[in-house]
Amino acid sequence: MPDNRPPPLLSLRGMTKTFPGAVANREVDLDLRGGEIHALLGENGAGKSTLVKMIYGVLKADAGRIMWRGEEVDIRDPAAARKLGIAMVFQHFSLFDSLSVLENIALGLAPAAWAGRGRRNELRSRIHAVSARYGLPLHADRHMHTLSVGERQRIEIVRCLLQAPKLLIMDEPTSVLTPQETSRLFETLKQLAAEGLAILYISHKLDEIAALCRRATILRGGRVVDCVQVADQNARSLAARMMGEELPDADLRPPAAAATADRPARLEVAGLSRAPAAGVAGGVALKDISFAVRGGEIVGIAGVAGNGQDELLSALCGESPPKPGDTGCMAIDGQACALAGARRRRRMGLAVVPAERLGRGAVAGMSLAENALLTAFERLPLMSHGFIRARACRRFAAAVVARFKVKSRGVDAPAASLSGGNLQKFIVGRELGQSPGLLVVAQPTWGLDAGAAQAIGVALRDLAERGAAIVVISQDLDELMSLCDRIAAICAGRLSPLFDTRAVSVERVGLLMAGADAGDNANRAARDAG
Amino acid sequence: MDLLIAAMLTIITAATPLLYAALGELVAEKSGVLNLGVEGMILLGAVCGFAAVTFTGNAAAGIAAGALGGAALSSVFALLALGLQASQVATGLALTIFGTGLSALLGQDLVGAAYDGLPKLAVPLLSEIPLAGALLFHHDILVYGSLALPAAVAWFLTRTRAGLVLRAVGDSHEVAHAMGYPVIRIRCLATLFGGACAGLAGAYLSLAYSPLWIENMSAGRGWIALALVVFATWRPWRALAGAYLFGGITIAQLHAQALGVAIPSQIMSMLPYLATIAVLVLISRDKSKIKRNAPACIGRAFHPSS
Repeated sequence: MPDNRPPPLLSLRGMTKTFPGAVANREVDLDLRGGEIHALLGENGAGKSTLVKMIYGVLKADAGRIMWRGEEVDIRDPAAARKLGIAMVFQHFSLFDSLSVLENIALGLAPAAWAGRGRRNELRSRIHAVSARYGLPLHADRHMHTLSVGERQRIEIVRCLLQAPKLLIMDEPTSVLTPQETSRLFETLKQLAAEGLAILYISHKLDEIAALCRRATILRGGRVVDCVQVADQNARSLAARMMGEELPDADLRPPAAAATADRPARLEVAGLSRAPAAGVAGGVALKDISFAVRGGEIVGIAGVAGNGQDELLSALCGESPPKPGDTGCMAIDGQACALAGARRRRRMGLAVVPAERLGRGAVAGMSLAENALLTAFERLPLMSHGFIRARACRRFAAAVVARFKVKSRGVDAPAASLSGGNLQKFIVGRELGQSPGLLVVAQPTWGLDAGAAQAIGVALRDLAERGAAIVVISQDLDELMSLCDRIAAICAGRLSPLFDTRAVSVERVGLLMAGADAGDNANRAARDAG
Repeated sequence: MDLLIAAMLTIITAATPLLYAALGELVAEKSGVLNLGVEGMILLGAVCGFAAVTFTGNAAAGIAAGALGGAALSSVFALLALGLQASQVATGLALTIFGTGLSALLGQDLVGAAYDGLPKLAVPLLSEIPLAGALLFHHDILVYGSLALPAAVAWFLTRTRAGLVLRAVGDSHEVAHAMGYPVIRIRCLATLFGGACAGLAGAYLSLAYSPLWIENMSAGRGWIALALVVFATWRPWRALAGAYLFGGITIAQLHAQALGVAIPSQIMSMLPYLATIAVLVLISRDKSKIKRNAPACIGRAFHPSS
């Protein structure tokens, strides 16, 4: 490549940021050129998010210089960053639930975009033009709370693109997407890069980086470990640099599935049908779902978000009791539980990790010890005569924190003060710590880095080996294939038959997720996708 | 027929103060501020308006003083609950108690003073129409204003960028802050608007509804206005309909007494609140409707640093 190119679009020199008690970034250098998809690679807590927040003006650097097209700039706030042409899609979306898609997009743009009916129609047609051009289907007048996570991300991306940015920062964009959604996002990103946009892509998923990026800057402990050409590397060498140690083998499945075939089923679901929840737009009806999970077995349920996973989870954990017209039987260890509430099911041996960490999995304002109490008191001796045994709660929470290396300010820290990945580790650990006979987990490794995801996978496998039955609901097909003994796909509220993961291909499950096997579902999936 | 028109005119006079107070509170709540001090702000508006008219004899000065009085009291709320992040509920309740006492203190010398009431402005030609003319086009300026206000508020909230930003702040102050919108400033302005509207409601009471000052003359209308906002599910046009419904119920209670109908007046004065409870039950059946209209951040303190 010739070296008489113009200065890089963005150069960072000696970026340093210290938080009370921890150095998040130390002397980070980085160069980024137009048309390049540059990976920022690192584990949870390696300082990736801190670094991009400084570029986007959310955080102020303690030391270091930012050069934009060779000139030093001072990015005081996100508005200044946007003015330069820097746009960012956050891991936690900046969207307003009660507003429409159009209104959400307008709020991120210059004031003139909402100046009158004519302007609003113009914005609407600009949104449609951008979404058609980059394959990001959107309906401008839908309300945010009716949309899936993938659709919300599209809104964020379209909002960024409408500002005609020079640099697009994406913070772990695929952590909540399906394989199909991910590959579509990659097509979009490659098209954008080909048009000259620079993309800074944060991830800890190595296969994505191999598929998408040419260069990668690897962070560990807040420092740049290396800046490499991705083509010269393989997944293992990247992982080794990222973690500073070799990654253990990812496949957690025992060599043969036959060992559990003769055990009795610990969870049986037969003919489960549920009408969509009243008043929740976008609710999906469950149609005639039947499956059984034996002790010692991990069963995966794959599916594109919004195909009935939430409804299935809430039916399994007893959160919403069946309404008139709902049918189906359910049994835990042979005991019928279709009419039992969430608490009784927990007493029967069920533990649940919901997808929403804050709100369902944990109470934001309560301490970790209190959150531990909230689900564990049914199965662990944390109460006596109706009084809380505070010391036992703290001991249990501390054990969870220690076992899963949850980074927190101790068991008295409020749940909301933990980062997403650490809270996820805590919630999974809390449920595992109750030694349940049946565990239902949604998105177990959402937002976790490779090391932490591996630890949770090992813990799940360990629980299964001690005889528990586990159901994992996830969008991450690769994860399910390496973790589960059997797998089924859910599409439009219908569950496919279960397949042995050693005998079925990823492509086949991917097709089932898109509803390709069931004739009438295929149309629906095609419509959703198109 | 004249009796019917007289009855309907009294409904309008009963609805007007409710409408002002409710629309002001609606805007404040849409920005995420729950100000329970409406009753106190109405009383302060009433006493300031009446005092201004008594000393200057000028109706416009009275109306302006009423609005300023309400806004001044709401600025105390803005300072405590928004600036210093005190609990909005506790601050609002304190504001009601404080406003009741302060208005009584300020109004000590005004008890017994008299005023002719705001001049009626007849719309040329239209007011000559039989029945409808007298009913619709022969009112004081505050009644006309109260009818224009729902349109203005609805237009502001849905059609202007400032209104969009205000709704966004009420929906998620964290996101709005991250996007660079000044959350506290927007909420302060919405609170001041709410206070000014409550003050206008008070001015209407002491200048037009019954042109005099007596202690505690708002008689719980602030609380009805708060209920009205929820009853209207935060939509301005429904607030208009609700104000007239609640106003009608208030008047029906008087007429029922006059006609000797044997319904205890206590039951009648309960009706607005019972209607609000009924509506709350009805709207809570449809979650998406609540999500679309109710400000998600209502009553929550916002710390810009965290």
